[in-house]
Amino acid sequence: MPIQIIINLIIAVLWMFLFESYSFSTFFIGYLSGIVLLLLMERFIPDRFYFYRLWSIVKLLFLFIKELIMANIQVVKLVYSPKLKMEPGIIAVPIEVRTNWEITMLANLITLTPGTLSVSVSPDNMFIYVHAMDAPDADEVIKEIKGTFEKAIMEVTR
Amino acid sequence: MKEIVISIILIIGTFFLFSGALGVFRLPDVYTRLHAASKSATLGVAGILIAAFLFFWIEQNMVSGKLVLGIIFILMTAPVSGHMISRAAYQKGVPLWEKTTRDDLKSSSNKTNTRG
Repeated sequence: MPIQIIINLIIAVLWMFLFESYSFSTFFIGYLSGIVLLLLMERFIPDRFYFYRLWSIVKLLFLFIKELIMANIQVVKLVYSPKLKMEPGIIAVPIEVRTNWEITMLANLITLTPGTLSVSVSPDNMFIYVHAMDAPDADEVIKEIKGTFEKAIMEVTR
Repeated sequence: MKEIVISIILIIGTFFLFSGALGVFRLPDVYTRLHAASKSATLGVAGILIAAFLFFWIEQNMVSGKLVLGIIFILMTAPVSGHMISRAAYQKGVPLWEKTTRDDLKSSSNKTNTRG
């Protein structure tokens, strides 16, 4: 993957020299044409084209923003309702991601999603303990975390 | 028109901040309060920063990188602080709300202590 980024940067700089205008917009156009060139020559360069990974990072970012807005709407609903109807509890969620970076991302995502707050990580990195607003439907919480966030994170890192 | 859009984003941001503060006031224990604090503070501050960014961009034609960086750092740091406060509270033994239905961490923490 690093070699592809270097090739892309070289194409962009080459583009700037060919046009003899050294501004950011020329660099950007050169970078875009570099992406197109790399996409056309995907068969000849080693490793998967890095733009796919970039695309999954963008998808993860949008998931993050969507969940953050949903979580805020839920908090607003809870705060302005006259009676507090919730059954909080701490749920152990088994996780498959192993590296520190992935676990940090997952814990951050969990904290910013509706009704969940990451409290602790077990010492052997097997479980993440989640404080949920509605503990009785624990299976749904686990399914959502594993199906949506963990999958999106693993798409970026693996 | 521009002023209206910017004002609406500002009002949304402050509304979420206000709801978060009200949540901290109303909810029963540390953990449920952190739910309100960590989520609405993030979106509230991000909304205000986005409004400021749009204002500088439209009115003064200036792209302010500092405001974008502020949004990114708020998104990264607010959940970490929420996680750390709740973890510290649990290890210090702050009690859960009496209507709490389950506690998986309790059964595991007498076997092994959670990581520092």
